[in-house]
Amino acid sequence: MSKGVVITFMLVLFVLHQDFWFRDDATLVLGILPIGLAYHMAFTAVAAIAWLVIVRFAWPKYLVEEENEGNEQ
Amino acid sequence: MTQTLIVVIYLILLLVLGYFSSRLFRGNSNDYFVASRSIGPLVLFMSIFGTTMTAFAMVGSTGESYRVGIATYGKVASSSALIHSACFFLVGLPLWALGKRNGFHTQIEFFRARFESSKLGYLLFPILVGLIIPYLLVGLMGAGSVMQGVTRGAFPEIFTSTGGAVPPWLTMLVISCVVLYYIFAGGVRSAAWANTFQTCVFIVMGFIAFVTISSKLGGMQAASAMADPGKAVRAGNLTEMQFLSYCFIPLSVGMFPHLFQNCLTAKSAKSFRLTLVAHPIAIMITWIPCILIGLWATGAVMPDGVTPVIPEGTSPNAVLGMMVGKLATPIIGGLVTAGIMAAIMSSLDSQFVAVGTMFTKDIVVHFFGIDRFSEKQKVLLARGFICTIVFVTYLFTLAEPRSVFSLGIWCFSGFAGLFPLVFAAIYWRKATKAGAYAAVIGSALSWFLLFRESDYGANGSYLVGGVMPVAVIFVTCAICMVVVSLFTQAPSQDTLDKFFKKKA
Repeated sequence: MSKGVVITFMLVLFVLHQDFWFRDDATLVLGILPIGLAYHMAFTAVAAIAWLVIVRFAWPKYLVEEENEGNEQ
Repeated sequence: MTQTLIVVIYLILLLVLGYFSSRLFRGNSNDYFVASRSIGPLVLFMSIFGTTMTAFAMVGSTGESYRVGIATYGKVASSSALIHSACFFLVGLPLWALGKRNGFHTQIEFFRARFESSKLGYLLFPILVGLIIPYLLVGLMGAGSVMQGVTRGAFPEIFTSTGGAVPPWLTMLVISCVVLYYIFAGGVRSAAWANTFQTCVFIVMGFIAFVTISSKLGGMQAASAMADPGKAVRAGNLTEMQFLSYCFIPLSVGMFPHLFQNCLTAKSAKSFRLTLVAHPIAIMITWIPCILIGLWATGAVMPDGVTPVIPEGTSPNAVLGMMVGKLATPIIGGLVTAGIMAAIMSSLDSQFVAVGTMFTKDIVVHFFGIDRFSEKQKVLLARGFICTIVFVTYLFTLAEPRSVFSLGIWCFSGFAGLFPLVFAAIYWRKATKAGAYAAVIGSALSWFLLFRESDYGANGSYLVGGVMPVAVIFVTCAICMVVVSLFTQAPSQDTLDKFFKKKA
């Protein structure tokens, strides 16, 4: 489960990172941010959310076992 | 004058912090090197983030944004937001578990055990230390450039050769001494606490610089409207292949010796959760103001409406210092400079501790035996080696200066090129000792040859067949590891049981 989730997120995000679509667009979002920069800011936020999902729902089992073993010792 | 005073007060504060964290120091090498594996989530996050954000992230990013525009954020920062956390997850967590179980303090201890080779450590040590030196250089040069830019004209009688600015050699000397003091006081624990404090300082001060500069330029909209539109797009500044191959650069965090050591200080695996999630956001908060300041610098003019803030031909390293020095009040300028110094020192400290730990554990103790030296002597040996490396780095800073960004990229390329080694060590049971040797030699050789081709970093636009050199180094390392491992003897069953049994 965890491996599948992580690999899927990584692949999707890697493709989204390449942003061919705004490479020559100089539009300023809100008159401040070039659209290419605004896109990558949004990408960063999505990457953080993806890691939140992984941490919450795909935490590796071996680490849980490791922690339990440590506590027993 | 005011700016210098504020920076001096900040440095004194750090010395006081170093003194207090030394009171927590338990006097043994385990505490000095990995803080007795007791660091919780918040300090771990601040410490790891502070370590990864150096002059490269503030001085380098602003200068590069001034030079090639907003593509700087996409090619390094947003890819790091994804890949750094991936490295912590895929490499940092397994290494933490293996380190805790087997008592490793350094990367080299791990590689020696995994590949059943003592000599591999002697091969890796000079390569890792050799790659850290440019990283230290990036920090010291960045500090020197910023201080010189901000204090221009402040001391016309004392520093005549620099137009009254504090000369870079003096800034570099002072910050080296301050960092040496607080890490000598309490080792990695001191570095972790100082990093936490310094990370808060540089995030807050970066924000203050951003607000002050934008307000001086007539607001954010006016500042963006003034900027060169050619720098507000990726096209024309960076090719698609360059952009794609830049994605290899953030893999360097998987091989940084200082981050390996930071990971080992974690109290539990759960301590990493905050780092995985918060690291991308913290990257954005730190980089965006610098990228925008660099973009605005391409068209910013002084209040007279004519004179450019950044004169033509200015070194990219000086852009941030000049924007702050010319557009902020002396007090704000001083606070922001202190913030930039904080970012720089929060990386230097971990790197200093890491080279000292590697020398003591991987060379001296490994060669002479664990009982040859007392705990106190081990700490002293680490300190002695750190001083030597700092001195050597300091001598390099006196040579012809390079772009902070370009030098940083070469350093990261070396570490990223070695990533297949650590990845194979953790995930590939068939990775062999001979494969590891081939991977290390292949990547070191390819790095050196390409670095030489780029005129030792002087050619900042150097590419190999249109791609970043890091891609070539990475592929060389991976091919050497896979091909040689397939044709050589597999590790013993004992070793495989030790390194793979928990990850079934």
